[in-house]
Amino acid sequence: MEERKEILRVEDLHKSYGTNKVLQGISLNIKQGQTKVIIGPSGTGKSTLLTCVNYLNPPDKGRIWLEGEEIIYSEREINKIRQKKGFVFQQFNLFNHLTALGNVMVGLTEVLKKKKKEAREKAMYELERVGMADCAEQYPAELSGGQQQRVGIARALAMDPLLIMFDEPTSALDPELMGEVLDNMTKLALEGMTLLVVTHEMGFARAVADDIIFMENGRIVEEGPPEKLIMNPEKKRTIEFLQKITQLYGED
Amino acid sequence: MIEYLPGLFRGVIVTIKLGFSFFIFGFVVGNIIAIGQVYGNKFISLFCAGFAWVFRSLPALVILYLWYFGFNLSPFLAAVLALGLRTAAYQSQFFRGAIQSIARGQMTAARSLGMSKLRAVVKIIMPQMLRLSLPYISNEYAITIKDTSLAFAIGVVEILKEGRLIITVLHNPMDIFMIIAVIYLIITRGGTYLLSLLEKHYRIPGFEISN
Amino acid sequence: MELITYWISILPELGNGVINTLIMTFLAVSMSAVLAVILAMGRMYGPRIISTLCKWYIEFFRGTPLLAQLFIIYYGLPSWGLNFSSFTSAVLAFGLNSGAYVAEYLRGAVQSIDKGQMTAGLAMGMTKFTAIRKIILPQALRFVIPPWSNDVIYTLKYTSIAFLVGAQELMSKAKIIASFNFRFIDTFVFVAIIYLILVLLLTLFFNWLERKLKIPGFEIKN
Repeated sequence: MEERKEILRVEDLHKSYGTNKVLQGISLNIKQGQTKVIIGPSGTGKSTLLTCVNYLNPPDKGRIWLEGEEIIYSEREINKIRQKKGFVFQQFNLFNHLTALGNVMVGLTEVLKKKKKEAREKAMYELERVGMADCAEQYPAELSGGQQQRVGIARALAMDPLLIMFDEPTSALDPELMGEVLDNMTKLALEGMTLLVVTHEMGFARAVADDIIFMENGRIVEEGPPEKLIMNPEKKRTIEFLQKITQLYGED
Repeated sequence: MIEYLPGLFRGVIVTIKLGFSFFIFGFVVGNIIAIGQVYGNKFISLFCAGFAWVFRSLPALVILYLWYFGFNLSPFLAAVLALGLRTAAYQSQFFRGAIQSIARGQMTAARSLGMSKLRAVVKIIMPQMLRLSLPYISNEYAITIKDTSLAFAIGVVEILKEGRLIITVLHNPMDIFMIIAVIYLIITRGGTYLLSLLEKHYRIPGFEISN
Repeated sequence: MELITYWISILPELGNGVINTLIMTFLAVSMSAVLAVILAMGRMYGPRIISTLCKWYIEFFRGTPLLAQLFIIYYGLPSWGLNFSSFTSAVLAFGLNSGAYVAEYLRGAVQSIDKGQMTAGLAMGMTKFTAIRKIILPQALRFVIPPWSNDVIYTLKYTSIAFLVGAQELMSKAKIIASFNFRFIDTFVFVAIIYLILVLLLTLFFNWLERKLKIPGFEIKN
């Protein structure tokens, strides 16, 4: 099998809030087309890790490479870097004053400077991909949570990113709405998109992830493919966490 | 009586011109102050907050005199600047409140798409902020129109002054004052009605201010 | 330094003006408070005719400039045989005007109070009047403190227009001093500082008042 291109590489990432050390030396890498899922108890820095990687929340220490090129943080450069990394939020964060279509278009017209017509076509294509074309003219408040999150995914996709990061994309959803979002994420993974996902959905992790990363207290405890990490974990903490999460969420 | 109506009409024009000039001036400056206060660095933020506090705390008349006597301006220009800074200070605080009521995630999402901070403010934050502020703006508009009467004190011949001039000839203060009051009611009411149409036009489903 | 000496030299005279400004504010605010309760209650609970009259009153005083109202009272009313001194005219104008605004704040506050409060009062056998007095108003008055304190500060600032009908207060003293010494800017900068101090003191006082009257869990969500 040919060696796939490395998309993202993170080395020794640190982040503290005051005395609270949220990230204590995280290293990971993702190759093209891979899906990596980060699991772990809440408050262990999983979301912080994603925002640090995107400099929405600049890390205190650590190095990050995108497609083999190291990111040197500067206000100007970072906007270009962010275009290449899609981000899907737990709270959706759709722009309240724009329709679904407007939400997907705004990055194309304002950041990538595409013509209106071209942007509209591209945006409609992405909405179609997540099954939201019928709701293109509706405003966020008129959509269900699941629909909003699908628009959020289309918004990230429209930028043709190298990878998309998902920050607990289904945590704010009612259980019956999770399926439509997870289905779309699965489809993306199968189409070869590179995904970095923070989630509690073990079903998704088992079925889709190439690798699962178990994180606790700002450190990576264990990493491995699902069959190993779920069925045959090495570390005691991983076993305890998996037991707890099965109790909580069931064996789907 | 009829022959004096053109005088009143001239006054109405001056009142409207004055009101609109300084309202728009205040709108622009108010926006800048609000954005500076929320997104500026410590120094800019403090300066903007100080500006807003001072011009909200001073009587309009004191600001008027300072501009008029201090800078040797024409009464009309002094009135526009003085009353404009006053309304700018008030408007900046509505805008600031509106910005702060917009979820932080909106800014984060815009930045995650690769927008610069400035572009995110202009394209994402401001359109929402302006919609949220419309009811307050319409209230401030009414105050603006009423405040034009203060320009009387530095010699701008607006409707109240025209009225006083007529009264000195006709000696019928109550008739003239009542006509003037009705004119003010029409201008304030008419304007707030137009602004409410604007509010309706730009309304976004589910994005309303619970008032 | 010379400027400071000048300011000190005019302070006693301006001080007299400040006292008049404060008296004028106090009288107007007291009048406004009583009037506001009457207007708000009349508008909300009064019979149709009273309610309509209160509404018109509020519309008129909120829709026209305070200066025009002051002129109507001082220059207009004498033609109906009602003569007031410039000071009384000013207090009347500020009180009548502020009453209209505060009445609307009060109405807003009453309407924000849960309907269940009134129902609970009536269920205990209170008359509507008693329920308003003992249940609704005590809550509404707390809610109305922040907008009301803003209105008091407004009134303080607007007393400065009283000198346009010749009443003696801070602004009129300043105008006299400034013309006498030919030092407009120096004088009005000092006046501005005095007003800022007055507003600051009032703001601190109201913050203290609000804290003092606070009931746990019963805050205004803003």
